[in-house]
Amino acid sequence: MSELDAFRTEVREWLEANCPAEMRVPVRDEGDVCWGGRNWVFKNDAQKQWLEACVSKGYTVPDWPKPYGGAGLTPEQTKVLKQEMKRIHARSPLDSFGIWMLGPALLQFGTEEQKVQYLNPIARGEIRWCQGYSEPGSGSDLVSLQTFGDDKGDHWIVNGSKIWTSYADKADWIFCLVRTDKANKYQGITFMLFDMASKGVTTKPILLISGNSPFCETFFDDVEVPKTQFIGEINRGWDVAKYLLGHEREMISGGGAGGDMVSIGGAFAKSFGKNAAGELDDPILRAEMAAFDVDVFAYRAMGERFMDMWKTGRAHPASSNMMKYVGTELNKRRHELVMSGGGSEALEWDSEETKGGARARGWLRTKANSIEGGTSEVMLNVIAKRILDLPGA
Amino acid sequence: MPLYHNDDQAMLKDSVAPFVAEQAPVSHLRKLRDSADATGFSRDLWAQFTEMGLPGMLVPEAHGGLGMGHMEAGIVLEEIGRNLTPSPFLSTGVGAVAALAKAGGTQAGRWLPAIASGEAIVALAIDEGAKHRPDRIATTATRAGNGFRLDGKKSFVLHGHVADMSIVAAKTDGGITLFAVPKDAKGVTADPRRLVDSSLASHVTLDGVEVDADAVIGEVDAGGEILDALLAATRTGAAAEMVGVGQGAMDMTVNYLKERKQFGKLIGEFQGLQHRAAHLYGEMEVARATVMKAQQLLDEGSEGAKLMVSVAKAKAGRAANLAVREGVQMHGGIGMTDEYDIGLYMKRDRALAEYMGDVHYHIDQVARMNGY
Repeated sequence: MSELDAFRTEVREWLEANCPAEMRVPVRDEGDVCWGGRNWVFKNDAQKQWLEACVSKGYTVPDWPKPYGGAGLTPEQTKVLKQEMKRIHARSPLDSFGIWMLGPALLQFGTEEQKVQYLNPIARGEIRWCQGYSEPGSGSDLVSLQTFGDDKGDHWIVNGSKIWTSYADKADWIFCLVRTDKANKYQGITFMLFDMASKGVTTKPILLISGNSPFCETFFDDVEVPKTQFIGEINRGWDVAKYLLGHEREMISGGGAGGDMVSIGGAFAKSFGKNAAGELDDPILRAEMAAFDVDVFAYRAMGERFMDMWKTGRAHPASSNMMKYVGTELNKRRHELVMSGGGSEALEWDSEETKGGARARGWLRTKANSIEGGTSEVMLNVIAKRILDLPGA
Repeated sequence: MPLYHNDDQAMLKDSVAPFVAEQAPVSHLRKLRDSADATGFSRDLWAQFTEMGLPGMLVPEAHGGLGMGHMEAGIVLEEIGRNLTPSPFLSTGVGAVAALAKAGGTQAGRWLPAIASGEAIVALAIDEGAKHRPDRIATTATRAGNGFRLDGKKSFVLHGHVADMSIVAAKTDGGITLFAVPKDAKGVTADPRRLVDSSLASHVTLDGVEVDADAVIGEVDAGGEILDALLAATRTGAAAEMVGVGQGAMDMTVNYLKERKQFGKLIGEFQGLQHRAAHLYGEMEVARATVMKAQQLLDEGSEGAKLMVSVAKAKAGRAANLAVREGVQMHGGIGMTDEYDIGLYMKRDRALAEYMGDVHYHIDQVARMNGY
């Protein structure tokens, strides 16, 4: 038996012994996701038990080094762990922007002290982070951001506002892009970290077309930030931000962008009925769903190839932009078909049978997929410029 | 197995790509076309293919081949696609080999070594109409004397007029049976037609063709599985060739965007064209990954291969079609001229799209395989 096979057996046994049955059913809605943080209230004992078991093994962040709360797994071992979790439909023990975004930035740009200080609480689900990037006047043109940190010697006084800050109202700390040099556009931004409980920080949830408020406006009014709390170099935060945006696209590309990557047609066979030939009883919708399925299975292969190449340094560094573009457009298409497949029932907004209008709200939520983290149009610009090397792009 | 070429495969590509580009670039196709070539491909080029061992790539080593897989064959087919090279490689070296190797027995022993040595060209006589419907075979094989009598009509058989042997799918009492019908068999006539891409495909008439019992490929009535193997291999190969056609068209078009000036600017500076080119890039990358996945699953003998083969044929079909359409449009007026190559890519894509099931056929298959 190869080492990897032995690891697989070990993981399988560990999961069998430690993953509670309640955590082996797919996440139904946002409420089932474990985000952690100072104020986190576990949904049930199973969720708590599952998180604690994974924390003790380093499995909330399996590929991070052990001193930072990870399990120090190789990419191959991490893949095995994910496969084995998927096999038993195990839920993710902990989701957070700390794991997905800040962690990778710290691992790349942080000092040893910062890694120990910030990564462990992320791995244990103790501190929940949010991301302060976009501003009301700086969306796709992010580098024009104007939130300003005035240098006061041993601290900055930060003033300004951020927008689309996911779960800012529930977060404990923020990693935030702040202008520290007004004369220098790209080399005048610092990547700061500070406590959301700091004096002068307020948040205001934004009601979206989905009826939910996952995003906030975040205001900074004379917020004092110690001059030790930044990553990388002062005025070179754009390097960190760019790295993180790339990482975010990679992450979206590696799993999330295409949404639920399974056949859509089969799911509606029940609600529609079939004709004598066993085909879905709406030939045009059937055809659209089948064409969609082709794209889903194709994108799944693309995801596999992308990750295989990315992990081994074979991928074009800008190819995550392509993955994000294709995947998010695909997910939007899926939800259009889900709405068509569901008919009037999918229009229900709040009934219990529809889990509070999950389909309608989910459909509306996906419209943000191709806006957040870089719009589809920006992705296409990047592909044109960096991959196709087109002039003037 | 990771979904990228390993070192051996990369080396194969490094030797095949310059070989095809030098020996059989698009001008090679033009030369054959303009001389009204009656064979449909160059025998000299096929001899060069043979020197490199390419016809026998998929032939098991025991039969004199290299025993490689679909991933390797795909590397050759992509270059054939990129250069629009007329070649019997797909029908002979991929489709026929897949069927014969699956079946084993007398016919495998007879034809596989002949394919590997470059002596035999094999045609696939499956379809019987303008559309690919392998489940509706009307050609019959009835027992006669020591063997069978074949009657029926096969349509658009590539290389059918020059093939040393044709694999004929026919109905027998209890199912489908495949037959190896040699070129000189009495009662076979082939009527070749020139297609839009200058290839030659034949209407083959089987009029009381008598073959021995050992002409059966595999077992009587058990041709379904062998036919499936033939179709899976040929469809995947056609998809790989389409990736080459699409990539060739896309590369040519992106280069053109960097050269052509209008309104005092390179047209590649216009965002209206940049976004379309970038979208096309994504579609081509996805198509390439999909085709590689199908090749990998076929090589592993995986159960999931059948679904992925249809996905690959459909996806490569969509992507390559987009590449040639955008190619002609972005080239503007010059894209409509016979002198410029982009139009040849459009023609080749159209022929490959139809071959062994078009996009719509395979989308329908995907729905069926998913239970709707």
